[in-house]
Amino acid sequence: MLEIHDLHVKLEDEDKQILKGVTLRVPAGEVHAIMGPNGSGKSTTSYVLAGRDGYVVTQGTATLNGQDLLAMEPEARAAAGLFLAFQYPVEIPGVGNMTFLRTAVNAQRKARGEAELSAGEFLKLVREKAKALDIDAEMLKRPVNVGFSGGEKKRNEILQMAMLEPTMCILDETDSGLDVDAMRLVADGVNALRSPERAFLVITHYQRLLDHIRPDVVHIMAEGRIVKSGGPELALEVEQNGYADILAEVADA
Amino acid sequence: MPDSAVLDIMTPSVGGQGAPDPLSMRLGTLPQGGATTAARADALARLRAMGLPRPRDEYWRYTDPAPFTDATVAAQAVDPAAGDPPLFSDVDRLRIVFLDGRFDAAASDDLTLSGISILPLSQAQAEAGHWIAGAYGRLEAAGQSPVPRPFAALNTAAATDGVVIHVTGRAAKPVQILYRRADAAADVVCHHVLRLDPGAELTLLESGLVGARGNLVIEADLATGARLHHIAALRAGHPRVSLTHLFARLGEGALLKSFSLSVDGAHMRSEAVIDMAADDAVAHVAGAMLGDGRQVHHDDTVFITHAGLRGESRQVFKKVLKNGATGVFQGKILVRPGAQKTDGYQISQALLLDEASQFLAKPELEIYADDVKCSHGSTTGAIDETALFYLRSRGVPRERAVVLLVLSFLADALAEIDDEGLRERIAERLEDWLNTRPAAVG
Ligand SMILES: Nc1ncnc2c1ncn2[C@@H]1O[C@H](COP(=O)(O)OP(=O)(O)OP(=O)(O)O)[C@@H](O)[C@H]1O
Ligand SMILES: [Mg+2]
Repeated sequence: MLEIHDLHVKLEDEDKQILKGVTLRVPAGEVHAIMGPNGSGKSTTSYVLAGRDGYVVTQGTATLNGQDLLAMEPEARAAAGLFLAFQYPVEIPGVGNMTFLRTAVNAQRKARGEAELSAGEFLKLVREKAKALDIDAEMLKRPVNVGFSGGEKKRNEILQMAMLEPTMCILDETDSGLDVDAMRLVADGVNALRSPERAFLVITHYQRLLDHIRPDVVHIMAEGRIVKSGGPELALEVEQNGYADILAEVADA
Repeated sequence: MPDSAVLDIMTPSVGGQGAPDPLSMRLGTLPQGGATTAARADALARLRAMGLPRPRDEYWRYTDPAPFTDATVAAQAVDPAAGDPPLFSDVDRLRIVFLDGRFDAAASDDLTLSGISILPLSQAQAEAGHWIAGAYGRLEAAGQSPVPRPFAALNTAAATDGVVIHVTGRAAKPVQILYRRADAAADVVCHHVLRLDPGAELTLLESGLVGARGNLVIEADLATGARLHHIAALRAGHPRVSLTHLFARLGEGALLKSFSLSVDGAHMRSEAVIDMAADDAVAHVAGAMLGDGRQVHHDDTVFITHAGLRGESRQVFKKVLKNGATGVFQGKILVRPGAQKTDGYQISQALLLDEASQFLAKPELEIYADDVKCSHGSTTGAIDETALFYLRSRGVPRERAVVLLVLSFLADALAEIDDEGLRERIAERLEDWLNTRPAAVG
């Protein structure tokens, strides 16, 4: 599904190399987790995949089902099935959450040559998905993320994901700032979408989310590279010992 | 037959070296006044005393007065098919149609409506003893100090028609002034007078194409507890030169909400002069404008004077500028001595969609009372790239995302329209316009 090969990325405005050869393969049907110290390049990886401005790819490739992601506009990447749940969801005053969701859903359907949802169909769908995430009607009426608590914003990201039904879902610290119950809701939301045709890349600092969403593979990122990959036990090791041991071991190798 | 009193005053009194002065040139032939003759003569005297504005005048530094002072106006082809479909057509309202600035009885609805009496100015001034004799030009005259507004005096002197409305109760439905044009060179001067009795309420809508050049004045006198909702949405579709003035006086506890939507056009200035002399009055003036192209120059000039206690005023102006368009905002809050507990708020913001466009803002506060709350702010910014990326990452194409962000930028101004149905119509119109002209937004 997602293949990243030797990806090197620097900032556009500064001569600063952030990703220094990221290589990663997430096959359909699998859940991969990325962990790593602050500033190691996890969010940058997700932004570059989603097409944010401000970064320059100096080397390497990234493909989604064989399509060259890096050559596509952000909206085309979304239509191709990529979704990024932001670490910091953006507030957009004056744009209603419903308008936003409906515009996004229908834009993607249109890009894929599918019929747009009618107002009625859309409303029914969004109510059903919102209910599962414990998002009330009042929140849907408000402007996008404006006045939402940290946890509400994260749940709103998952609602968008549930509505858009992407095939490659990247979640950047969606668990940060969530209370125990919200964590459960988010994990349920992710698990409900798990299928053989879909893959997940879950960026997290904590083992807890991974208790709920069992990853197939855990990657450790440090200084702009994936330095180690392993099974779910790798996350436990990080939780217990921090990164020092792993980084030292990699440095020795 | 021209009125001789008016003609006498038209003779240049100063610097008359034989050649006609620019003011006489600009005025041309004045219409007959009837009950408004004296008021028109007074206005002309005021105008003579202050003269036409010059580019160096304090309130004309950002907007060139020449297109308004020129004796003639360039013809603008009339293409009935161009521009937008009529606005408010599905709203239950009473229509008063002006064709090239003159009342068009055949196209207008029956002017009978409960709670309100409506007459074209041309008829009202012909009625002996009509109250218009004492009201016409009164608020305009009062609004000439401390800042002169020569074009409003010119309008009072020279208006060919307008509408005279007396609201005695709650108007049964909104009244719409609809401007239509046929003459490509129509130089329209309309003057509307509104009088709202205590507790009366009116929604006034203005829309359509005024003329190649338009000079519009509204005088609105609101008695105790009266409420006036005003929405002006003049149509896009030709490079109009337009100057509008709203003069309002608010009685105790009266409410004025005025919103204007402006799309493209050429050289435009919209002034609001609000007198809040009585206690507990509330005035909100707001505007949303979109300008695409170097020929677009749009100026909002607002002057709100608080003299009563606990007055509340809000100014909310938003401009979206692109391809070299210019936006101007000059907003003033004057709080007179003793106007305690005044709550004055002013915000003007421009969204520049490129670097060729510009926004010039001159916010002013002048406060002579100590127990007041007044704030103002002005910002100029570009599209928020983070929000744009967020929308695009959800699959919203760039052009559509920009439209959403433009609407989001304008939302605070639209929020000043109380009536939800009318607000949605304005929002839809804006959205249609943005969607059908994607090139206009980047
Ligand atoms: N636009 C930018 N301008 C300057 N520095 C940047 C920019 N984007 C990323 N960086 C830098 O790149 C490095 C990687 O940042 P990134 O956000 O990808 O880290 P992260 O692994 O997601 O960290 P965290 O766990 O704290 O979220 C950091 O040192 C960060 O300061
Ligand atoms: Mg991060």
